[in-house]
Amino acid sequence: MARSKREIQEINAGSMADIAFLLLIFFLVTTTMDVDTGLMRVLPPPILEDVPPPPPVKMRNVFVVLANSQDFLLVENDYMQVEDLKDAAKEFIIGKPGNPGDERFPEFKASQDPLIIKYFGPNYPISKQIVSLQNDRGTSYQLYIAIQDQLAAAYSEVRNEVAMNKFGKKYDELKDSKNAVDNDKAKAIRALIPQRISEAEPKEIGG
Amino acid sequence: MQIRKKGKKEVPPVSTASLPDIVFMLLFFFMVTTVMRETSLKVTHVIPKAKEVAKLERKSLVAYIHIGPPLKPLQSIYGTEPRIQLDDAFALPSDIPTFVESVKSQTNEAEVPLLTYSLKVDVKTKMGIVVDVKQELRKANALKINYSTSRIIDKTAQ
Repeated sequence: MARSKREIQEINAGSMADIAFLLLIFFLVTTTMDVDTGLMRVLPPPILEDVPPPPPVKMRNVFVVLANSQDFLLVENDYMQVEDLKDAAKEFIIGKPGNPGDERFPEFKASQDPLIIKYFGPNYPISKQIVSLQNDRGTSYQLYIAIQDQLAAAYSEVRNEVAMNKFGKKYDELKDSKNAVDNDKAKAIRALIPQRISEAEPKEIGG
Repeated sequence: MQIRKKGKKEVPPVSTASLPDIVFMLLFFFMVTTVMRETSLKVTHVIPKAKEVAKLERKSLVAYIHIGPPLKPLQSIYGTEPRIQLDDAFALPSDIPTFVESVKSQTNEAEVPLLTYSLKVDVKTKMGIVVDVKQELRKANALKINYSTSRIIDKTAQ
Protein backbone atom coordinates (compact mmCIF):
# COMPACT_ATOMS: atom_id res chain seq x y z
CA MET A 1 0.00 0.00 0.00
CA ALA A 2 1.62 3.07 -1.16
CA ARG A 3 0.68 5.96 0.91
CA SER A 4 0.14 8.89 -1.23
CA LYS A 5 2.08 11.74 0.15
CA ARG A 6 -0.30 14.44 -0.75
CA GLU A 7 0.51 17.84 0.54
CA ILE A 8 -2.27 19.70 2.26
CA GLN A 9 -3.31 22.47 0.03
CA GLU A 10 -2.73 25.95 1.29
CA ILE A 11 -5.80 28.05 1.85
CA ASN A 12 -5.87 30.97 -0.46
CA ALA A 13 -5.33 34.07 1.63
CA GLY A 14 -5.99 36.45 -1.19
CA SER A 15 -9.53 37.19 -0.07
CA MET A 16 -8.46 38.02 3.45
CA ALA A 17 -7.83 41.60 2.39
CA ASP A 18 -11.37 41.85 1.08
CA ILE A 19 -12.83 40.58 4.32
CA ALA A 20 -10.70 42.98 6.29
CA PHE A 21 -11.76 45.80 4.00
CA LEU A 22 -15.39 44.96 4.58
CA LEU A 23 -14.96 45.10 8.33
CA LEU A 24 -12.89 48.25 8.05
CA ILE A 25 -15.58 50.03 6.09
CA PHE A 26 -18.19 48.95 8.62
CA PHE A 27 -16.24 50.45 11.49
CA LEU A 28 -15.36 53.54 9.46
CA VAL A 29 -19.03 54.22 8.96
CA THR A 30 -20.17 53.52 12.51
CA THR A 31 -17.40 55.35 14.28
CA THR A 32 -18.04 58.74 15.80
CA MET A 33 -14.96 60.75 16.46
CA ASP A 34 -16.55 63.69 18.23
CA VAL A 35 -15.21 64.43 21.66
CA ASP A 36 -17.91 65.48 24.05
CA THR A 37 -17.19 68.76 25.73
CA GLY A 38 -19.27 70.84 28.04
CA LEU A 39 -19.61 72.89 31.18
CA MET A 40 -19.43 70.70 34.28
CA ARG A 41 -21.69 71.72 37.14
CA VAL A 42 -22.73 70.12 40.38
CA LEU A 43 -26.33 70.61 41.41
CA PRO A 44 -27.10 71.39 45.03
CA PRO A 45 -28.43 68.36 46.92
CA PRO A 46 -32.19 68.19 47.35
CA ILE A 47 -33.62 70.22 50.19
CA LEU A 48 -34.66 68.06 53.11
CA GLU A 49 -37.53 69.24 55.21
CA ASP A 50 -36.10 68.79 58.67
CA VAL A 51 -32.85 70.59 57.93
CA PRO A 52 -32.82 74.19 59.14
CA PRO A 53 -32.31 76.78 56.40
CA PRO A 54 -28.73 77.97 55.98
CA PRO A 55 -27.75 81.22 57.69
CA PRO A 56 -28.54 84.31 55.65
CA VAL A 57 -25.77 85.80 53.54
CA LYS A 58 -25.02 89.51 53.64
CA MET A 59 -26.15 91.22 50.48
CA ARG A 60 -22.78 92.87 49.96
CA ASN A 61 -21.19 89.44 49.54
CA VAL A 62 -23.57 88.46 46.79
CA PHE A 63 -23.12 89.27 43.13
CA VAL A 64 -26.64 89.14 41.79
CA VAL A 65 -27.24 88.20 38.17
CA LEU A 66 -30.82 88.17 36.96
CA ALA A 67 -31.95 87.14 33.50
CA ASN A 68 -35.54 87.72 32.44
CA SER A 69 -37.72 86.14 29.78
CA GLN A 70 -36.78 88.83 27.25
CA ASP A 71 -33.13 87.80 27.61
CA PHE A 72 -32.21 91.04 29.36
CA LEU A 73 -29.61 90.93 32.05
CA LEU A 74 -29.69 92.76 35.37
CA VAL A 75 -26.40 92.61 37.22
CA GLU A 76 -26.16 94.23 40.64
CA ASN A 77 -29.22 96.35 39.74
CA ASP A 78 -27.75 97.53 36.45
CA TYR A 79 -28.51 96.60 32.88
CA MET A 80 -25.63 94.79 31.32
CA GLN A 81 -24.66 93.02 28.12
CA VAL A 82 -23.51 89.42 28.49
CA GLU A 83 -20.09 90.27 27.07
CA ASP A 84 -19.43 92.70 29.95
CA LEU A 85 -20.43 90.20 32.61
CA LYS A 86 -17.00 88.59 32.85
CA ASP A 87 -15.18 91.81 33.73
CA ALA A 88 -17.83 92.85 36.25
CA ALA A 89 -17.74 89.43 37.91
CA LYS A 90 -13.94 89.47 37.96
CA GLU A 91 -13.87 92.84 39.66
CA PHE A 92 -16.29 91.56 42.28
CA ILE A 93 -14.46 88.28 42.87
CA ILE A 94 -11.13 90.02 43.38
CA GLY A 95 -12.78 92.69 45.53
CA LYS A 96 -10.88 95.34 47.43
CA PRO A 97 -8.75 93.62 50.09
CA GLY A 98 -7.06 96.93 50.86
CA ASN A 99 -10.32 98.73 51.53
CA PRO A 100 -12.70 96.49 53.48
CA GLY A 101 -15.11 99.37 54.11
CA ASP A 102 -16.21 99.52 50.48
CA GLU A 103 -19.80 98.28 50.53
CA ARG A 104 -19.86 97.41 46.85
CA PHE A 105 -17.39 94.58 47.28
CA PRO A 106 -17.53 91.46 49.46
CA GLU A 107 -16.12 91.09 52.93
CA PHE A 108 -12.89 89.29 53.67
CA LYS A 109 -11.88 86.84 56.33
CA ALA A 110 -8.81 84.80 57.21
CA SER A 111 -8.95 81.06 56.63
CA GLN A 112 -7.86 78.06 58.67
CA ASP A 113 -7.35 75.90 55.62
CA PRO A 114 -3.90 74.29 56.05
CA LEU A 115 -3.14 74.52 52.35
CA ILE A 116 -3.83 78.25 52.25
CA ILE A 117 -1.73 78.82 55.38
CA LYS A 118 1.06 76.79 53.84
CA TYR A 119 1.25 78.79 50.66
CA PHE A 120 -0.27 82.17 51.46
CA GLY A 121 0.33 82.66 55.21
CA PRO A 122 -2.14 82.64 58.10
CA ASN A 123 -3.80 86.03 57.59
CA TYR A 124 -4.37 86.05 53.88
CA PRO A 125 -7.71 87.76 53.24
CA ILE A 126 -10.22 85.53 51.56
CA SER A 127 -13.21 86.99 49.86
CA LYS A 128 -16.65 85.80 50.98
CA GLN A 129 -17.94 86.23 47.45
CA ILE A 130 -20.94 84.37 46.16
CA VAL A 131 -22.43 84.71 42.70
CA SER A 132 -26.15 84.33 42.62
CA LEU A 133 -27.73 83.51 39.30
CA GLN A 134 -31.44 83.62 38.80
CA ASN A 135 -33.25 83.10 35.55
CA ASP A 136 -36.81 83.10 34.39
CA ARG A 137 -38.49 80.07 32.84
CA GLY A 138 -38.61 82.04 29.61
CA THR A 139 -34.90 82.80 29.46
CA SER A 140 -33.26 81.21 26.45
CA TYR A 141 -30.82 78.39 26.99
CA GLN A 142 -28.31 80.23 24.84
CA LEU A 143 -28.21 83.17 27.22
CA TYR A 144 -28.03 80.88 30.22
CA ILE A 145 -25.00 79.08 28.80
CA ALA A 146 -23.42 82.42 27.86
CA ILE A 147 -23.84 83.60 31.47
CA GLN A 148 -22.43 80.37 32.89
CA ASP A 149 -19.51 80.62 30.49
CA GLN A 150 -18.77 84.23 31.41
CA LEU A 151 -18.89 83.47 35.12
CA ALA A 152 -16.64 80.44 34.71
CA ALA A 153 -14.25 82.54 32.63
CA ALA A 154 -14.19 85.21 35.34
CA TYR A 155 -13.29 82.65 38.00
CA SER A 156 -10.62 80.97 35.91
CA GLU A 157 -9.03 84.32 35.01
CA VAL A 158 -8.90 85.40 38.64
CA ARG A 159 -7.37 82.04 39.57
CA ASN A 160 -4.85 82.30 36.77
CA GLU A 161 -3.82 85.80 37.84
CA VAL A 162 -3.40 84.82 41.48
CA ALA A 163 -1.43 81.74 40.50
CA MET A 164 0.73 83.77 38.14
CA ASN A 165 1.54 86.32 40.86
CA LYS A 166 2.22 83.76 43.53
CA PHE A 167 3.75 80.78 41.74
CA GLY A 168 4.68 82.20 38.34
CA LYS A 169 2.49 79.61 36.63
CA LYS A 170 -1.07 79.64 35.42
CA TYR A 171 -3.68 77.82 37.46
CA ASP A 172 -4.57 75.61 34.50
CA GLU A 173 -0.95 74.52 34.21
CA LEU A 174 -0.77 73.77 37.93
CA LYS A 175 -3.98 71.79 37.80
CA ASP A 176 -2.99 69.70 34.80
CA SER A 177 0.57 69.21 36.00
CA LYS A 178 1.82 65.74 36.84
CA ASN A 179 3.72 67.17 39.77
CA ALA A 180 2.07 66.60 43.17
CA VAL A 181 3.38 69.90 44.56
CA ASP A 182 1.84 71.77 41.67
CA ASN A 183 -1.45 69.99 42.23
CA ASP A 184 -1.30 71.04 45.86
CA LYS A 185 -0.79 74.61 44.79
CA ALA A 186 -3.77 74.34 42.49
CA LYS A 187 -5.79 73.03 45.41
CA ALA A 188 -4.73 75.98 47.54
CA ILE A 189 -5.85 78.36 44.81
CA ARG A 190 -9.15 76.54 44.56
CA ALA A 191 -9.63 76.95 48.30
CA LEU A 192 -8.68 80.60 48.00
CA ILE A 193 -11.10 81.38 45.20
CA PRO A 194 -13.87 78.81 45.33
CA GLN A 195 -16.26 78.86 42.42
CA ARG A 196 -19.48 79.66 44.20
CA ILE A 197 -22.29 80.04 41.71
CA SER A 198 -25.57 79.73 43.49
CA GLU A 199 -28.63 79.18 41.39
CA ALA A 200 -31.76 80.27 43.12
CA GLU A 201 -34.90 78.24 42.78
CA PRO A 202 -36.44 79.40 39.51
CA LYS A 203 -39.17 81.97 39.66
CA GLU A 204 -41.59 83.49 37.27
CA ILE A 205 -39.90 86.85 37.10
CA GLY A 206 -41.64 87.63 33.86
CA GLY A 207 -40.89 91.01 32.30
CA MET B 1 25.79 52.97 -28.27
CA GLN B 2 23.60 50.72 -26.34
CA ILE B 3 24.16 50.21 -22.68
CA ARG B 4 20.98 48.41 -21.90
CA LYS B 5 20.64 44.83 -22.60
CA LYS B 6 18.36 43.83 -25.32
CA GLY B 7 16.16 41.66 -23.14
CA LYS B 8 13.07 43.59 -22.10
CA LYS B 9 13.38 43.92 -18.33
CA GLU B 10 9.97 43.84 -16.71
CA VAL B 11 9.23 46.08 -13.75
CA PRO B 12 8.59 43.69 -10.87
CA PRO B 13 4.98 44.00 -9.68
CA VAL B 14 4.43 45.67 -6.31
CA SER B 15 3.82 43.00 -3.80
CA THR B 16 0.35 43.20 -2.35
CA ALA B 17 1.08 40.63 0.30
CA SER B 18 1.31 43.31 3.00
CA LEU B 19 -1.96 44.88 2.03
CA PRO B 20 -4.02 42.76 4.46
CA ASP B 21 -1.67 43.78 7.23
CA ILE B 22 -2.15 47.47 6.51
CA VAL B 23 -5.89 47.05 6.30
CA PHE B 24 -5.93 45.07 9.54
CA MET B 25 -3.99 47.81 11.25
CA LEU B 26 -6.56 50.38 10.16
CA LEU B 27 -9.33 48.01 11.11
CA PHE B 28 -8.02 47.58 14.64
CA PHE B 29 -7.63 51.33 15.01
CA PHE B 30 -11.23 51.94 14.11
CA MET B 31 -12.46 49.00 16.17
CA VAL B 32 -10.77 50.40 19.23
CA THR B 33 -11.82 54.00 18.76
CA THR B 34 -15.38 53.33 17.71
CA VAL B 35 -18.24 54.03 20.04
CA MET B 36 -21.51 52.55 19.00
CA ARG B 37 -24.38 54.95 18.99
CA GLU B 38 -26.92 53.43 21.30
CA THR B 39 -29.87 55.63 20.68
CA SER B 40 -31.34 57.16 17.61
CA LEU B 41 -32.12 60.79 18.07
CA LYS B 42 -35.71 61.88 17.87
CA VAL B 43 -35.02 65.50 18.61
CA THR B 44 -32.83 67.98 16.82
CA HIS B 45 -30.45 70.14 18.70
CA VAL B 46 -27.92 72.76 17.88
CA ILE B 47 -25.48 72.70 20.76
CA PRO B 48 -24.47 76.11 22.15
CA LYS B 49 -20.88 77.25 22.13
CA ALA B 50 -18.75 78.26 25.09
CA LYS B 51 -15.14 78.99 25.92
CA GLU B 52 -14.65 77.43 29.34
CA VAL B 53 -15.41 73.87 28.33
CA ALA B 54 -14.00 70.70 29.80
CA LYS B 55 -13.71 67.32 28.13
CA LEU B 56 -16.06 64.57 29.18
CA GLU B 57 -13.97 61.60 30.19
CA ARG B 58 -15.16 57.99 30.41
CA LYS B 59 -18.07 57.83 28.03
CA SER B 60 -19.39 54.72 29.70
CA LEU B 61 -20.19 56.83 32.75
CA VAL B 62 -22.19 59.44 30.90
CA ALA B 63 -25.95 59.37 30.50
CA TYR B 64 -27.47 61.65 27.93
CA ILE B 65 -30.61 63.70 28.20
CA HIS B 66 -31.61 65.30 24.92
CA ILE B 67 -33.89 68.30 24.78
CA GLY B 68 -35.03 69.97 21.60
CA PRO B 69 -37.77 70.21 19.01
CA PRO B 70 -38.77 66.82 17.53
CA LEU B 71 -37.41 65.78 14.15
CA LYS B 72 -39.28 67.00 11.07
CA PRO B 73 -41.14 63.71 10.32
CA LEU B 74 -42.29 63.48 13.93
CA GLN B 75 -43.51 67.04 14.17
CA SER B 76 -46.97 66.22 12.90
CA ILE B 77 -47.46 63.95 15.91
CA TYR B 78 -45.43 65.63 18.61
CA GLY B 79 -45.53 69.28 17.60
CA THR B 80 -42.62 71.67 17.38
CA GLU B 81 -42.22 72.52 21.06
CA PRO B 82 -38.96 71.25 22.62
CA ARG B 83 -39.30 67.84 24.21
CA ILE B 84 -37.16 65.59 26.34
CA GLN B 85 -35.69 62.38 24.97
CA LEU B 86 -34.40 59.71 27.33
CA ASP B 87 -32.87 56.63 25.78
CA ASP B 88 -35.00 55.99 22.74
CA ALA B 89 -38.27 57.62 23.62
CA PHE B 90 -39.82 60.94 24.38
CA ALA B 91 -40.31 61.51 28.06
CA LEU B 92 -41.71 63.90 30.60
CA PRO B 93 -39.71 65.47 33.41
CA SER B 94 -41.49 63.09 35.79
CA ASP B 95 -39.86 60.13 34.00
CA ILE B 96 -36.38 61.25 34.97
CA PRO B 97 -36.16 59.57 38.39
CA THR B 98 -36.95 56.21 36.74
CA PHE B 99 -34.35 56.93 34.08
CA VAL B 100 -31.75 57.82 36.71
CA GLU B 101 -32.50 54.63 38.62
CA SER B 102 -32.14 52.48 35.51
CA VAL B 103 -28.84 54.17 34.64
CA LYS B 104 -27.58 53.65 38.16
CA SER B 105 -28.59 50.01 38.18
CA GLN B 106 -26.66 49.40 34.97
CA THR B 107 -23.50 50.87 36.43
CA ASN B 108 -20.96 49.29 38.68
CA GLU B 109 -21.87 50.30 42.23
CA ALA B 110 -18.48 51.80 42.95
CA GLU B 111 -18.76 54.03 39.94
CA VAL B 112 -22.25 55.37 40.56
CA PRO B 113 -20.95 58.60 42.19
CA LEU B 114 -18.94 59.26 39.04
CA LEU B 115 -21.97 59.16 36.76
CA THR B 116 -22.41 62.35 34.79
CA TYR B 117 -25.65 63.44 33.19
CA SER B 118 -24.99 65.27 29.99
CA LEU B 119 -27.68 67.70 28.97
CA LYS B 120 -27.75 68.13 25.23
CA VAL B 121 -30.08 71.03 24.80
CA ASP B 122 -30.99 73.02 21.73
CA VAL B 123 -29.93 76.68 21.91
CA LYS B 124 -33.44 77.95 21.22
CA THR B 125 -34.99 76.07 24.13
CA LYS B 126 -36.46 78.09 26.95
CA MET B 127 -35.03 77.52 30.40
CA GLY B 128 -38.36 76.34 31.82
CA ILE B 129 -37.99 72.77 30.58
CA VAL B 130 -34.30 72.69 31.53
CA VAL B 131 -35.14 73.89 35.02
CA ASP B 132 -37.76 71.15 35.37
CA VAL B 133 -35.20 68.54 34.32
CA LYS B 134 -32.63 69.92 36.75
CA GLN B 135 -35.10 69.86 39.62
CA GLU B 136 -35.98 66.24 38.84
CA LEU B 137 -32.30 65.32 38.68
CA ARG B 138 -31.78 66.96 42.05
CA LYS B 139 -34.64 65.00 43.53
CA ALA B 140 -33.16 61.80 42.11
CA ASN B 141 -29.80 62.67 43.63
CA ALA B 142 -28.13 62.86 40.23
CA LEU B 143 -26.05 65.93 40.93
CA LYS B 144 -23.18 65.80 38.47
CA ILE B 145 -24.38 67.39 35.29
CA ASN B 146 -22.70 68.65 32.19
CA TYR B 147 -24.17 71.24 29.86
CA SER B 148 -22.99 69.96 26.52
CA THR B 149 -21.34 72.80 24.61
CA SER B 150 -18.86 72.91 21.83
CA ARG B 151 -15.68 74.90 22.16
CA ILE B 152 -15.16 78.20 20.41
CA ILE B 153 -11.59 79.11 19.81
CA ASP B 154 -10.89 82.53 21.24
CA LYS B 155 -8.26 84.22 19.14
CA THR B 156 -7.98 87.29 21.34
CA ALA B 157 -7.11 85.33 24.45
CA GLN B 158 -3.68 84.22 23.35
